[in-house]
Amino acid sequence: MAKRKARTIEVGELARVEGEGALRIRYPGGGKPAEVELRIFEPPRLFEAILRGRDRGEAPDITARICGICPVAYQMSACHAIEAAAGVTIDGPLRELRRLLYCGEWIESHALHVFMLHAPDFLGYEDVVGMAADHGELVRKALRMKKAGNAIVARLGGREIHPINVRVGGFHRAPSRAELTEMREELVWAEAFARETVRWTGGLVFPDLERDVELVALSHPDEYAMNEGRLVSSAGLAIDAHEFEEHVVEEQVERSTALHARLRDRGTYQVGPLARINLSFDRLPEAVRDAAREAGLTPPCRNPFRSITARAVELLYAFGEALRIIDAYEPPELPFVELPRTAGRGCSITEAPRGILYHRYDVADDGSIAAATIVPPTSQNQRSIEEDLVELAPGLLDLDHDAATRRAEQAVRNYDPCISCSTHFLTLERVRADGGNDGEPGDDGPRHAGDR
Amino acid sequence: MPASSRRTRRPKLAVFKLASCDGCQLSLLDCEDELLAVADAIEIAHFPEASRRSVRGPYDLTLVEGSVTTPHDAERIREIRGVSRRLVTIGACATSGGIQALRNFADADALVAAVYPRPDFLRTLATSTPIADHVRVDYELRGCPVDKRELLDVIIAFLHDRRPAIASSSVCIECKRRGTVCVMVAHGTPCLGPVTHAGCGALCPTYDRGCYGCFGPADSVNAAALGDAFRAAGTPSGEVARAFRTFNAAAAPFAAEGDRHGEA
Repeated sequence: MAKRKARTIEVGELARVEGEGALRIRYPGGGKPAEVELRIFEPPRLFEAILRGRDRGEAPDITARICGICPVAYQMSACHAIEAAAGVTIDGPLRELRRLLYCGEWIESHALHVFMLHAPDFLGYEDVVGMAADHGELVRKALRMKKAGNAIVARLGGREIHPINVRVGGFHRAPSRAELTEMREELVWAEAFARETVRWTGGLVFPDLERDVELVALSHPDEYAMNEGRLVSSAGLAIDAHEFEEHVVEEQVERSTALHARLRDRGTYQVGPLARINLSFDRLPEAVRDAAREAGLTPPCRNPFRSITARAVELLYAFGEALRIIDAYEPPELPFVELPRTAGRGCSITEAPRGILYHRYDVADDGSIAAATIVPPTSQNQRSIEEDLVELAPGLLDLDHDAATRRAEQAVRNYDPCISCSTHFLTLERVRADGGNDGEPGDDGPRHAGDR
Repeated sequence: MPASSRRTRRPKLAVFKLASCDGCQLSLLDCEDELLAVADAIEIAHFPEASRRSVRGPYDLTLVEGSVTTPHDAERIREIRGVSRRLVTIGACATSGGIQALRNFADADALVAAVYPRPDFLRTLATSTPIADHVRVDYELRGCPVDKRELLDVIIAFLHDRRPAIASSSVCIECKRRGTVCVMVAHGTPCLGPVTHAGCGALCPTYDRGCYGCFGPADSVNAAALGDAFRAAGTPSGEVARAFRTFNAAAAPFAAEGDRHGEA
């Protein structure tokens, strides 16, 4: 290839992502490789510090406020970690209700991303409103499907955003059978549309990109993992939640208020729907697997642009799973399990819509939180996003500036980045004068100097 | 007829975000039944969460989510005010400083020193403050998150130059109207309903829990009387303080009551 002149693709404010970030791809010229920076300038909100001294029972409501799109994920990881600290496992109908609530969040979040945030990239629109002018029927159905997911969260949680019914040990009030079965008809409609959605994504044009990045997700022997399981990877990782901090290293880079995570001695990894599908494909029902295959998504699938199909497949799965839970539901005797007052450390990993979310709490004798650590999915995906862009960068030079910028944005959106989450606790400008960096504030866990 | 071919000039809407979780602006995208109609009636001129297209101001109506926690945002909110004919804050962060305003109650230097190895490199402020502390605000919509029906009403009201039809009474009134049994009277559950701004429809009591005040203080409340009632019913002072110090901790009546029961 002929030597190119220096050039920069810059997106000052990334749109159709949750939170505030920017992107820069700089081509130094003279045949040198492109330099990619995903910059995150979301203001830190110090959640880990805020949690200290609060009662353990407050963790689900407080941490929900880290993210308006995936509050259920925060509530689920918080509850499971606090319960683990008390040595309690929640089973039976309460476990099923939690799974149902998570289905609702996966649905509203995936439907939002597939149609309102990501699809405009594939179809060449600025936003879903512009898309609706030409694809009105599709957008109206998509909104209806999204609403069906929100309805589950609202019915079970009280409202769509920051649900009020979740508590450590279960729920404040368990729904009656009738309250759940009322949703049935709409969910059956939405499941059918989700099947159409999977098929529709199969017809999109996917840019070529294959990277051999390590995929990481929860895995459960009997089900498609949401709340429980071991953390496994495409390269043989298999650990429990309490081992997470021994295997994942977070490091600070100057351009980001979110830490970058990597696997110790292994490097970059990727979390999210594509990782889940690749690692737990055989845990999906046969009909869902068939739909995935027909849409061109058969593991191993390494093309991050295919994540839109992965989300659609999970939409289809989540509707079926929600219906299964509703049909089998028998209300529990009590809406929650009371936890014993004991000191302890508890860790939990659950599958947020955009990938694994880790919480760790140290609980004192009086039930107060002595220390909290939270590792959200987007900080784990940052390195992978940047590496995708490095891989894409040479090809972008063949596109005109606008098309190259759009393609780069689309590649970032493959990860459905949740930028508010990723900076819930992090620092600005923590690089030392000697160029190293200091440990993660508010935590004595292992942290390592930046590698860039 | 497609919206783009219309001749009439539609009012311009802008949505900005400072320190926050994105939930309040997401409420607009959660209006699944109304979103396309809204987008038809108004021009969504700047709303990064929803569109990569951004039209320059001035804007007829600007919605601001989030609180001011950085010097950069303190500057930015002035610029935003400068291009906004009407500015409405949406949610607890923008209206009272949000959960991140808990930093206001800690010894700021000690907190920062405990958290940051090099406080001198920080570009965060020691406080989280509401938008009205920085610029003139035309209306403040409460809630963590806001209620989407109220959000729609605010948008419609401002586009028609009328006041939003939003009650300033307490959650208690909504609870009575709904016919929910009082959790405090019947079960002795501490409930912030008597002092909390209406808007949620009294959700928590209908789910058998006490209101936790996510809509912030109602107009003219007696928070001290409620705090005393909690204490009289046997709630420890630390717990009373924490009850007032959550998502609207820095709102004046809640801040005062939190201070009265909290350790110095």
